[in-house]
Amino acid sequence: MFNLDLFKFDTPAQLALGLVTGIVFGVLLQRARVTRYATIVGQFLWKDHTVIKTMLTAVAVGSVGVYAMHQMWDVPLHVKAAEILAVSVGGVIFGVGMALLGYCPGTGMAAIGEGSRHAIPGVIGMLTGAAIYAEVYPWFKAHVLPVANLGKVTFADITGVSIWVFVVALIVLASVVFYLLRNRGGKTGDKTTGTTHDVPTNAPHATA
Amino acid sequence: MLSALRKSRWSPYVAGAGIGVLSWATFGLMGKALGASTSYVQAVGLLESLFAHDHVAHNAYYAKYLVDGNAIDWQMMLVIGLVLGAALSAWLGKSHEVERVPTLWAKRFGDSKPLRYAAAFVGGVLLLFGARLAGGCTSGHGISGTLQLAVGSWLFFVSFFAAGLATAFTLYGKEGRSHV
Repeated sequence: MFNLDLFKFDTPAQLALGLVTGIVFGVLLQRARVTRYATIVGQFLWKDHTVIKTMLTAVAVGSVGVYAMHQMWDVPLHVKAAEILAVSVGGVIFGVGMALLGYCPGTGMAAIGEGSRHAIPGVIGMLTGAAIYAEVYPWFKAHVLPVANLGKVTFADITGVSIWVFVVALIVLASVVFYLLRNRGGKTGDKTTGTTHDVPTNAPHATA
Repeated sequence: MLSALRKSRWSPYVAGAGIGVLSWATFGLMGKALGASTSYVQAVGLLESLFAHDHVAHNAYYAKYLVDGNAIDWQMMLVIGLVLGAALSAWLGKSHEVERVPTLWAKRFGDSKPLRYAAAFVGGVLLLFGARLAGGCTSGHGISGTLQLAVGSWLFFVSFFAAGLATAFTLYGKEGRSHV
């Protein structure tokens, strides 16, 4: 019968922490409405700036806290390798796929929870894409991943300047972008359930 | 606080700050970074192993995640949690919406379900292939990597965003913007 020896589980504590993290992440993505096709494609059509606002806020807030913890308590970082060719080509393929599907790997799962049905063939496609990559990996590992691989570096590593200079620059960048986009939309992609639910007048459970 | 929780849609700054604080917890308390795309490798590897166990066990890429590591791990549960969290949030906020063919898509390509599902499938294939080649997705590179000011992650952000803009304008043209 089936050989199940690759079905290996991490500790129950790790699994529980992952589940709780995912639930909180899912709530935040859904409340920001980045679980909607119209929000993601609307961003790429430069009309609805919800995605940029959400991501840049997350990154700016996250950066300060993570580097503060890293400095004070030696909390480890998790920097990915800067494989310049692989990352830029992969990023382009990813961007085409994201505009076509209207979700990314995380928001696609959240979109299913919110009710999107076309996210389901999207997830099946993602599983297929992962399987294809697993088959062609040896070629990419030999010919693409090593090209201009700078290693697991941050901007501080390649310039020799304190990371805090870049954290501050990131906050300034985010502030400038938010200022430039201040009057640009963020309420689209939610036409049917939009702002009416923001006022809990006819919602019976609102008083619970 | 309670009234904010009742709101069905939050400001992107509030939700974004929440994701930032969540990443403090994953880095500081759990020793992890938010990510998603690796879990698809593990999931499809497990599925494939039911029918071709030895092929998966001897595939160099699958082996990294399924032999050297535990396939069902912290991040796999996170990805499952995403479905549950979004479902819970949509239910509490009464914003659950069954969407088969998005309005924007239907206005440009018609309301054919098979066409939309086929496009979604192809989009998904490209998405994960690109993510694995790049070594991460909008979570692993786009949030966790950029917040660490990682060089590769910022390159990923610029690449996918430029390609997304080009693709969306190719698909919908300028007039598509009025349907968003």
